[in-house]
Amino acid sequence: MSILVVAEHDNKALNPATLKTLTAAQAMGDDIHVLVAGEGSADVAAEAAKVAGVAKVLHADNAAYGHQLAENLSALVVSIGKNYSHIVAPATTTGKNFMPRVAVLLDVAQVSDIIAVESADTFRRPIYAGNAIATVQCAEDIKVITVRATAFDAASAEGGSAEIETLDDVFASDKASFVGEQVAASERPDLSAASVVISGGRGMQNGENFVLLEKVADKLGAAIGASRAAVDAGFVPNDMQVGQTGKIVAPDLYIAVGISGAIQHLAGMKDSKIIVAINKDEEAPIFQVADYGLVADLFDALPELESAL
Amino acid sequence: MKILVAVKRVIDYNVKVRVKADQSDVDLNNVKMALNPFCEIAVEEAVRLKEKGVAEEVVVVSIGPKACQEQIRTALALGADRGIHVESEKMPDSLAVAKILNKIVSEEAPQLVILGKQSIDSDNNQTGQMLAALADMPQGTFASEVVVDGDKVQVTREVDGGLQTVELTLPAIVTTDLRLNEPRYASLPNIMKAKRKPLDVKTPEDLGVSLDSKISVLKVEAPAERSAGVKVADIAELVEKLKNEAKVL
Ligand SMILES: Cc1cc2nc3c(=O)[nH]c(=O)nc-3n(C[C@H](O)[C@H](O)[C@H](O)COP(=O)(O)OP(=O)(O)OC[C@H]3O[C@@H](n4cnc5c(N)ncnc54)[C@H](O)[C@@H]3O)c2cc1C
Repeated sequence: MSILVVAEHDNKALNPATLKTLTAAQAMGDDIHVLVAGEGSADVAAEAAKVAGVAKVLHADNAAYGHQLAENLSALVVSIGKNYSHIVAPATTTGKNFMPRVAVLLDVAQVSDIIAVESADTFRRPIYAGNAIATVQCAEDIKVITVRATAFDAASAEGGSAEIETLDDVFASDKASFVGEQVAASERPDLSAASVVISGGRGMQNGENFVLLEKVADKLGAAIGASRAAVDAGFVPNDMQVGQTGKIVAPDLYIAVGISGAIQHLAGMKDSKIIVAINKDEEAPIFQVADYGLVADLFDALPELESAL
Repeated sequence: MKILVAVKRVIDYNVKVRVKADQSDVDLNNVKMALNPFCEIAVEEAVRLKEKGVAEEVVVVSIGPKACQEQIRTALALGADRGIHVESEKMPDSLAVAKILNKIVSEEAPQLVILGKQSIDSDNNQTGQMLAALADMPQGTFASEVVVDGDKVQVTREVDGGLQTVELTLPAIVTTDLRLNEPRYASLPNIMKAKRKPLDVKTPEDLGVSLDSKISVLKVEAPAERSAGVKVADIAELVEKLKNEAKVL
């Protein structure tokens, strides 16, 4: 049977998490269909059709899908779900929002946030904030799966030439509607996909001091992240939180500044290739996972780092 | 209106769990257990809505072994009015939990159901969404603000790109994110009072829900440990190592 991957996008372009999810899907089977549901999203469907290994693109374009409302998107996916052995989506806030509805409406259990595909029905996933890795087998006829994108390489965006089939059915709930959004506009690379991330914690003391991180980030082409404590204190917005309950990142280089290294924070970054910690407390747990640790006051270290780069 | 809050007993968030030697599961023997932090936020939100006069009654439900009653009592001490314990030695998967909660929803007919967005043990982030679909209710997940207005609720959601606000027609489901509120501490008199609040016990069989799961855990392993690296003396040494040793600059 075929595999359905539900694309994540902003109606203009595919989110990089989709390409990584496609790699995970390719390890489950080979007849891969991609569903692009959006509004004014023809470019996304065309982009998906070019991805290597995609056999067919299903395109549903309607105002009902413009903001990826879970009620509408899940109803659409369920309407075609019976044709598939696997329904797969990235474990982004969008995927987390609609996929469990798909699972329950098909009366199957879901496997969340997989980091490896062992076989078509067996997957590995972190539990307890990544302090344990479970290998689970799913005996459902339709396997509903969300994928931790950072654990997979991106599928090649070029090389495919899938046909695009239009889906005309519209599922529009009258019980839920989109009111508005506050999207942080940033020139920086996307936190989840950046190859260098520099994050600040409570030690930054306030939002203004994040300028010190920005100057370093400018030199490195880095994305900026934060600990929960920094977000809770209002230094920076929620979309910068790295951790068990925030974003998962796995860059080549992660620099933690003024972050103690609580297990919930480590859960979001400990798969980074190289970890650097700058902290004035030499006992801080972050040093236990850091490849390079610098015991220093960040207000001295950050300007020095900026000028050394 | 009536608010139903679902809560889960989990490992305390400060505890670093260990994997059993036979790799069958994590070892929860003699480990401190607590109310899942996101569920605590859910209880707090419901109690605040009651204090504001938006809700008249807050009912809390938990599924799991007898010991779950401790967490129900904690929720009652935080201000919930009555508890329902669905007793089961075996921990059901999210699908079965959603089915059990759906039965409780049909019995209790709440206008709002508040759950945590995820439990910090299985980290699934599924139950609220599953319940919403089963109960045919709209959902506002990962909430950082909840405003009830007549027969609608506006929910501001923490999403990858920032914040999104949706409007839902009641009855609806809300799942909580970290910044929705800061839960209070239960006072001693309230802890004493909670002991006398009503607590109803049922079983999954009473509700006609099977706990059979199609998902089996084959193995639980410790993650690859990172070992601590080296301490560098200053920024110059750090940059040198990042360039020449790690080759990431
Ligand atoms: C359910 C739940 C979910 C959570 N999810 C997350 C999550 O997703 N992500 C997350 O990050 N946390 C999460 N947390 C919170 C986590 O437990 C910690 O509270 C949080 O990570 C601490 O942030 P911090 O390291 O910035 O602050 P602190 O622990 O206060 O550490 C601040 C550090 O800064 C250092 N410092 C201070 N001043 C300076 C200076 N001038 N120079 C150098 N160093 C300095 C200090 O030595 C200290 O180590 C969660 C908690 C719970 C209960």
